[in-house]
Amino acid sequence: MSSTYVAAQTLTQAALAPELKLKLYKLMYECRVLEKRAYDLFMQNMIKGTSHLALGQEAVAAAFGAAMRPDDYTFCTYRGHNHTYVRGVAMSKILGELMGTTAGLMRGKGGSMHLTSVEHGVMGSYAIIGAHLCIANGAAWSAQYRGTEQVAVCFFGDGTTNIGAFHEALNFAVIWKLPVVFVCENNLYMEYTAIGDVTAVEHPAADRAGAYGLESVLIDGNDVEMVYRTAQRALEVARHGGGPSLIEALTYRHGGHSRADPGKYRPDEEVKAWKARDPIPMYRDKLARFGIEDQKLKAIEAEADRTIDEAVEIAKSAPQPDLSLAMTDVYADGGAAWRN
Amino acid sequence: MAELTYRDAVAAGIAQEMRRDSSVVLIGEDIAAAGGVFKTTVGLFDEFGPTRVRDTPISEQAILGATMGAAMTGLKPVAEIMFSDFFAVCWDFVANEISKTRFMTDGQVSLPLVIKSGNGGGARFGAQHSQAVENWAMMIPGLKVVAPAMPGDVKGMIAAAIRDPDPVLFFESKSLYATKGEVPDGEHIVPLGKANVLRQGTDVTICALALMVPRALKAAEILQNEHGISATVVDVRSLVPLDTQTILSEVAKTGRLVTVEENPRLCCWGAEIASIVAEEMFWSLDGPIVRVTTPHVPLSAADNLEDAMLPNPARIVEQVRRLVD
Repeated sequence: MSSTYVAAQTLTQAALAPELKLKLYKLMYECRVLEKRAYDLFMQNMIKGTSHLALGQEAVAAAFGAAMRPDDYTFCTYRGHNHTYVRGVAMSKILGELMGTTAGLMRGKGGSMHLTSVEHGVMGSYAIIGAHLCIANGAAWSAQYRGTEQVAVCFFGDGTTNIGAFHEALNFAVIWKLPVVFVCENNLYMEYTAIGDVTAVEHPAADRAGAYGLESVLIDGNDVEMVYRTAQRALEVARHGGGPSLIEALTYRHGGHSRADPGKYRPDEEVKAWKARDPIPMYRDKLARFGIEDQKLKAIEAEADRTIDEAVEIAKSAPQPDLSLAMTDVYADGGAAWRN
Repeated sequence: MAELTYRDAVAAGIAQEMRRDSSVVLIGEDIAAAGGVFKTTVGLFDEFGPTRVRDTPISEQAILGATMGAAMTGLKPVAEIMFSDFFAVCWDFVANEISKTRFMTDGQVSLPLVIKSGNGGGARFGAQHSQAVENWAMMIPGLKVVAPAMPGDVKGMIAAAIRDPDPVLFFESKSLYATKGEVPDGEHIVPLGKANVLRQGTDVTICALALMVPRALKAAEILQNEHGISATVVDVRSLVPLDTQTILSEVAKTGRLVTVEENPRLCCWGAEIASIVAEEMFWSLDGPIVRVTTPHVPLSAADNLEDAMLPNPARIVEQVRRLVD
């Protein structure tokens, strides 16, 4: 990484508390079992439509989930199961939504690409990338106006950096000094195409930060503690009137873009190299070296494995939504009437 | 009761709501100290200050995104999209995000917001700054769509739109900004979803919207005075919700319907009303339903070319006479 990027050297190096380390591991592991199970359920045709899994990218979501205040706002993309989960949403509610049953967050009205849980600050998953950066600005503006010190965190992929709304949103956030943190998870591919083949700069977010007067922040997105420290710093800056940040976290998705994509366009060596840098076993090893007992980690894993089984049962056994639901909540009166 | 211009009535309605509710805020291009390029926000910056009346860059996506995000987290924002033609550069926010969010989130998210915009032709701005695009919005479930013609309705309906819990697209007729009308003093609300019968006749019911309302009224006057034809004129005012009860009952009284629309011909509000009337009261009609519209062309900038395309009183009179005689 080039020395023009600020990151590690400016972050506090104080050791994270053991409880926090365990929390980061737990969140990552839970995200992993959730996404793996979502994949299995797709293969069994119990989840229809499409899915965009973030297997391999768990460190970013987990670190932000641990660093955010409960009343902060999350905005994410269709690859947003993890970002939703780490805010405290039950696995059964996510899987229920994916399966289209009444156990789901929106009882099947939204689906995999639109997970929303306002009570957890999850202000939506956005399936047409880019818009949500502008919408996150609005939530940040509202927090600024109301003086609540809430921060809006907006996750997106490398592909989003080439859409116009990305640029409008960054300029707007800076001139209004909004409490918003933009997080680019650069997994190196926009859908089926290497991001470098379609982008004018090497680092799609970090290299463009300067155009908006922002620091270029480029970090290892598979190092959960690095992401946590970066998140903490950006959140504090935003919370106390310092304005927006743009963070580029390098990571890798283990699978293809979506359900239909086996990801064959990626060189085998590249996939192998990144899988060797899987954030979860990497952090597990680090925790072991740090002296955390294996027993504690095994307990976390066993509990997550149990929870996911229970969540699948809850999601599966819930009834399908009543047909009347398809005509509800188009308007605030609860219905769909457009005429008298 | 005071006489106000249409443009001053916009500002009066917004000011009324900003005074009673501190969560109402206003953003847009040049809307603060400059008072808006169409001068519809004059005085608001001075009265409410820079945190509530805020200029934006030329970034329509950023404007509507900020509006949506603010509305979902406790504010009641009003955004200006300067010319309604510019909706085309931020339509994702209207068609995909703002309109569908309450539904997709199973009612978790409310979007009490208003997008106001200068709409329509007659000002010699050419094809990209003259369109009447209310029909674009009408096609999308989840939006409310209004387009008042009279200054009194402008004040009352923008205030009602701000109080409404649903997203409202508020179309201001550019060619009517300088027109004057009676506007009630003090708190004034005109509920959305109510058509207004401006003139009661016996031979034909003319439904019009925005700039076409004064033209329909003028045509009705000519029809009465010069041709002995008695016309009802309905100001539709609100496309969604659509006051079909008023429209159907007025058409029932005359047996004939003519719609007068500023938009190009295809797939517009007049066609929707024609379809409703045909389906629900076909056997009460005394003749075919007639739509007077702009031909299916972009508008020109030159005076005579633009005027020749937009429906005018003479063309309305001619079409009504052909139907009634």
